[in-house]
Amino acid sequence: MRSDILRLATAGSVDDGKSTLIGRLLYDSKSILEDQLDAVERSSQDRGEEQTNLALLTDGLRAEREQGITIDVAYRYFATPRRTFIIADTPGHVQYTRNMVTGASTSDLAVILVDARKGLQEQSRRHAFLTTLLQVRHLVLAINKMDLVDYSQERFEEIKEEFTDFASKLDVGDLTFIPISALNGDNVVDTSMNMAWYEGPSLLHHLENVHIASDRNLVDVRFPVQYVVRPQKSADPELHDYRGYAGQVAGGVLKAGDDVMHLPSGLTSRIAKIVTADGEVAEAFPPMAVTLLLEDDLDISRGDLICRPHNKPAVARDIDAMVSWMAEAKALTPGSKLLVKHTTRTAKVLVRDILYRLDVNSLHRDEDAEHLELNEIGRVTLRTAHPLFVDEYKKNRLTGGFILIDEGTNQTVGAGMVVGAE
Amino acid sequence: MSQVDQPALGRYQLSQLDFLEAEAIFIMREVAAEFDRPVLLFSGGKDSIVMLRLAEKAFWPGAVPFPVMHVDTGHNFPEVMEFRDRRLGEAGVRLIVASVQEQIDAGKVTEPTGRWASRNRLQTAALLEAIEEHGFDAAFGGARRDEEKARAKERIFSFRDEFGQWDPKVQRPELWNVYNTRTERGEHIRVFPLSNWTELDIWGYIAREQLELPNIYLSHERRVFERDGILLADNPYVTRGPDEEVFETTVRYRTVGDMTCTGAVRSTATELDDIIAEIAATRITERGQTRADDRSSEAAMEDRKREGYF
Repeated sequence: MRSDILRLATAGSVDDGKSTLIGRLLYDSKSILEDQLDAVERSSQDRGEEQTNLALLTDGLRAEREQGITIDVAYRYFATPRRTFIIADTPGHVQYTRNMVTGASTSDLAVILVDARKGLQEQSRRHAFLTTLLQVRHLVLAINKMDLVDYSQERFEEIKEEFTDFASKLDVGDLTFIPISALNGDNVVDTSMNMAWYEGPSLLHHLENVHIASDRNLVDVRFPVQYVVRPQKSADPELHDYRGYAGQVAGGVLKAGDDVMHLPSGLTSRIAKIVTADGEVAEAFPPMAVTLLLEDDLDISRGDLICRPHNKPAVARDIDAMVSWMAEAKALTPGSKLLVKHTTRTAKVLVRDILYRLDVNSLHRDEDAEHLELNEIGRVTLRTAHPLFVDEYKKNRLTGGFILIDEGTNQTVGAGMVVGAE
Repeated sequence: MSQVDQPALGRYQLSQLDFLEAEAIFIMREVAAEFDRPVLLFSGGKDSIVMLRLAEKAFWPGAVPFPVMHVDTGHNFPEVMEFRDRRLGEAGVRLIVASVQEQIDAGKVTEPTGRWASRNRLQTAALLEAIEEHGFDAAFGGARRDEEKARAKERIFSFRDEFGQWDPKVQRPELWNVYNTRTERGEHIRVFPLSNWTELDIWGYIAREQLELPNIYLSHERRVFERDGILLADNPYVTRGPDEEVFETTVRYRTVGDMTCTGAVRSTATELDDIIAEIAATRITERGQTRADDRSSEAAMEDRKREGYF
C-alpha cells in the first residue's frame, strides 16, 4: 500500500450528471459492491424509476432520499492501483455554498461538471470561483453529456474558450478540460472512440497522474504546537525531564539540528530530535504528526508556533480576510464578537469592518454592504484579543485558514482565509 | 496484496497509510488537548484495535490520557472478551464497562424477544447512560465513512446534544484540519479519527503494524446456521427456528459485534495476507455481509445514530 491519496471535490448542479459520474468512477473501480447496488436497484424500482438511480448511493440521509436532493457533503472512497481517492461530493445549489466551501477546503483538485448542451451556467462560474478562492490548485472542467451534442468538437471548444476567458479573472493554478459522457462512460475511465479528436487523458487517467506533491508549502517552516507530551513515568528516570512538543507540520521541512524560533516569545533554540512512536526521524514535512524535542528549556504550550528564526509568519492581531459566512440565523455585522480558531489557537475576535461583499456569480464587489448573510462571501477586517501567527492563505492553507465560532450557540459560523495581517 | 504498477513516492510524500495515520494522530491529540473528559470506545474489533494503537502512538512516550469504554451487550464472543482484557492490560489503560445486562436487570430497558431478538440497539441506552454518569464530553469511535451511507455524511467531530442525538441537518461545517470542539455541559462530541479509512486500509495497517487480533478474524471451524443469507454462530442467545439447522463449516469474521446479529463469512484465510486478498476481491460490503441489523430498513443506521448510537 505505497500509493498516495488525492482528495477531490466534485461540483455541478443536480442535472449535470454528477451522481452518474461518481457512480461510474466508483463502479468501474469496483468500489460499489453488489449488495449496495442491489439496494439501490430495489429502491429505484420501489420508487417507480425506470433506471437505477445512482444518486441513491450517495444520498445517504432519509431527507435527501425523500426530497431527491443532496443536502450535505458526503465523502466517498475509491482506489486504483496507482492512487487512493477521497471524493467530497458537494451539493450544487447556492444555498449550500457553505458545503462547497467545506468540501473544497481539504481538496487538492476539483471537478466541475458542465452540461455540454447548456454550456456555462451561473453555477459553473460560482463553483469555479469558490474552488479557486479555497486555493484548490487543480481544476478540471468536465464537459458532460457530449453524447447529446453528437460528440461535437466545436461545442467543446466553444465552452472551453468561454471558460478560459472567465478563468483569467481567477487564480487558477492548473486547468484541464475533458469532454465526457458520464452516462456512457466516454473519457471517464477509458478514452472514448467517439471523440477521436480529443487527444488528452481520460478523467481517471488525469486523476491518477496529476502531480500534487508540490502543492504544499515545503519552504516556510510552520509547526503549531498542539500538545505537550510530558510522560510521568516514575519508573523511567530518562523520562523525568522529557518535554516533547507534538503537532502536525503545517509547512516547510524540519530537520534535527535546525535553529528554530518560538512564537510568541521570539526565543530561539535548536531541534535536538524529531521523534515518533516508531523512532526518530531525520526530517518532518506536512502533514506528518511528530514530536519535537528542543535543546533548550523554553516555556512552550499549545497554541504557540515553532518556525525558523529568519522566516516568521505575521504575528498579528489585525487580520484582513475573505470570510464565507455560514450561520443560518445571524448575519455577520461590524461590531460582532466571536471566537476564532486558527491552527491550535483560539481567541476572541471583533469584526471591525466589512470592506465589501462579493457577488459569487458576477464577482462584483459591493462596497456598501453592511452585513454578510448565510452563504455570502466578503472581505472583512478583524481584531483578535491575542496575536495569531498567520500567513497569507495563498501561501499556506493551514496557517492562512481559520474558523469563526459563535460563543452563544457554539456553532461554526464562518470560514476565513487570510489576505493580509499586521 | 499484489499491486501492480506502483508509482514511486517522492521524497516529501506520505504513503496512504502514513497520511491516514498522521491525520488520526492529529485528531486524537486535538481531543486530548481540548476536552476535559474524553473516552475511547472499544469493542475488541479490528477498528478498535487500530484506534488503540493510534492512541498509543499519539501520546508516546506518555501514557494514553483517557480511559477506554466497552459497551457490553452480554452476548459477545468469548474470544473477543479474552482478547479485550489481555490487550487493555498490556496497554495499561483503564477499562470502563457499560453493561446492557445491568440495564436490563435494573428494568431500564426491555430485552427484545422472538426470533430476531438482538441487544444491539440496546447498546445506545447503556452508552448514553455511561457517558452521562462519567461526564464524558468526547467519545472516540472507530466508525468509518466507507461502512454505510449515513456514516458517509457524518463529520469527524460529530456533535451530540444532551440526549446524545445526532441531527444530520445541523452539523457543524468542518474546514481544513480546524475542528470546533466546543460543547455545553451535558452535550458531547463523537470523534471518528478513522473516518477516511477504508476496510482495506484497516487491514493494511494491521498487517503493517503487526497488530494482534482476536482469533475469530482468522478462519476456523465453527458451528453455524443460516438466516436470511447470513451465517450466524450457534450460540445460547439466539432462538433458532425449526428450519434453521446447525452445521459445521470453515468461517472467519469480518466484523466483531453481538453474537446474535454478526455474521461469519466462509473463508479459508488463515493469514493476514489471505484476508487482505479476500477483502480486495470481495463483491459484498462488510456490513452487508455480516450485519443483520442493518437490513431492517433503508435508513436503519441513520435512525440508530439519531438516537445516539455510535
